[in-house]
Amino acid sequence: MTTEIYWTKKVRRIVVTVLKYLTLLLGGFIAVLPMAVCVITAFKSPEEYASSNVMDLPKSWTYFDNFVQAWKSANMGLAFRNSAMILVVVLIGSILTGSMLAYVLDRFKFFGNGLIRNLFLVASLLPGIAMQVSVYQIMYTLGWINSLPGYMVLMCGTDVISIYIFIQFFENIPKSLDESAIMDGCTYFGVFFRILFPLLKPAIVTVMILKGVSVYNEYYMANMYLQDKNRYVTVATSLFKFTGPMGSQYNYICAGVIITMLPALIIFILCQKQIYSGLTQGAVKG
Amino acid sequence: MGERKKSKFVKWIASGKVNKRLCIFTFMLIPVALLIVFTFIPFVNMVGFSFYDMKYLGDREFVGLKNYADVFSREDCFQALKLSLYYIAASFIQLALALYFASVLSFKTKGGGIFKGLMFFPYLVCGIAVGFIFKFFYTRGFVLDTVLQWCGFDLENLPYWLKDTSINNISVAATSVWRYMGQNMVLFIGAIMSVDASLYEAADIDGASAWHKFWYIIFPSIKTIIVLNLILAITGSLSVFEPPYVITNGEFGTGTYFVIMDRLAHASQKVGLASAMAIVLLVIILIATVLQKVAFKYFFGDGDEEAIRTVRKRKKLERQRAMAQGMQSDAAKGGAGI
Repeated sequence: MTTEIYWTKKVRRIVVTVLKYLTLLLGGFIAVLPMAVCVITAFKSPEEYASSNVMDLPKSWTYFDNFVQAWKSANMGLAFRNSAMILVVVLIGSILTGSMLAYVLDRFKFFGNGLIRNLFLVASLLPGIAMQVSVYQIMYTLGWINSLPGYMVLMCGTDVISIYIFIQFFENIPKSLDESAIMDGCTYFGVFFRILFPLLKPAIVTVMILKGVSVYNEYYMANMYLQDKNRYVTVATSLFKFTGPMGSQYNYICAGVIITMLPALIIFILCQKQIYSGLTQGAVKG
Repeated sequence: MGERKKSKFVKWIASGKVNKRLCIFTFMLIPVALLIVFTFIPFVNMVGFSFYDMKYLGDREFVGLKNYADVFSREDCFQALKLSLYYIAASFIQLALALYFASVLSFKTKGGGIFKGLMFFPYLVCGIAVGFIFKFFYTRGFVLDTVLQWCGFDLENLPYWLKDTSINNISVAATSVWRYMGQNMVLFIGAIMSVDASLYEAADIDGASAWHKFWYIIFPSIKTIIVLNLILAITGSLSVFEPPYVITNGEFGTGTYFVIMDRLAHASQKVGLASAMAIVLLVIILIATVLQKVAFKYFFGDGDEEAIRTVRKRKKLERQRAMAQGMQSDAAKGGAGI
């Protein structure tokens, strides 16, 4: 009797395990398939692409002509330079302003503190795409269409999640630290820049990753406000080049897509842990 | 003399109260200015625009509520909101999948890190790239069709995934599941990991099955984050933009509300109508958010406060208990569940 129970339990466990790995394999397969086919296609010469099935493996894995062609035609050298500049400026700008605002909101009680928190919260409810209908007019009035600095300033703007991550972090730094520094004659500016800011490192890494990914991938506003694609192309908008006459030459398009994905892939492999924990932190309050 | 004056000034600046105010002011200046210039001024402007027949440049004509009437009567505007149903369904499927994979991957699994990485990575891919990847994926005779042919389907019987209006919205919504499932999964894994591990050990010792562990330990402890994600899913589905924009550009009946709005604003320059569309959806989203917040409070409580429903349930139980001896055992059974 007991052996019977033992065996049914064992069989059940094996079935559950097999099902578990089957579903995982299926999930992984579906996640990878669309991208994997892109990689395959990017290594096929135009003739090979035209003659073979999309799922056939390429004849040679060292055929890089598509990548060269895509790099040149989409002006990706310039795109990477612009994107790098935008990333550096926007990250520095938004981390500084975000952490400063969080410091003030967390450490000081003053008239309007709650109001400002609520303003940022309400702003996060307004869908960005809808706002662009009239932000466009503001950017136009400011003369910031086709202006890299203008786009950078726009990207530094409202970002509730990073403000929340900083506020959460400040809440966990004891206030006695500030107070003792003040007693020693430090100003509030000094407290922030000399004492608290260096302690923020983990939060800064989190915000850098979250904001970095969204800035690197941003294409809607870049397309709208950086219209001169010969000068102000970014990595994301460089792909628009492939929508026109090259619309069906997928061997080039896939090569271009792979090039834009590479930086994200490298960052992902290097900082997997920070990305996961950053996302989780960002979601708790956001 | 001058030096002393200066040091006095410095002292005054550095003195507690002044220094504090100065600090508050300077630190808030830039972020609040950005918030006002890029969010609240545009919002006020947009409300104004919605009463005019106008382009970005040139003359404008006051038309009162005509734009709002148009939003509801035009064939292409409000009708597009129906497509949200596809995306709501998709996001429920997405959350269910994410929950399943999260509960599987939270426990020791061979290659768990790799599976997690593979399923998460699509989240990091740029939207435009996703568009190209899936245009390619769904093209007649290409990736999806080939895979289905391997499974024994006949190409003749397969639809055009992006053109056939009976299925193309499902195809497009599926890409959104592909992209965001992994992100939900990572969030859920984070929540599951924060549960006290000794609970799982105790369950193991008691011989609980995987299903029991999920239903009695995992689910109750991450209920809040699931409900939060459901709320986000509903508001998100109303404002879907990216998948149809990058894959079909809203053609063949896949244009969601915001895709139509974007086209009206920037291609046809009907700024007034587009603004009215934006305002209408904002109002709907605000109402939905408030309703959901109220419902959330009712079912799950607000932080330290007990949920109203739990309180009522308990009071009811207490009454029942007092009323009849015979019912006492049943009520106690129910009470143990709380």
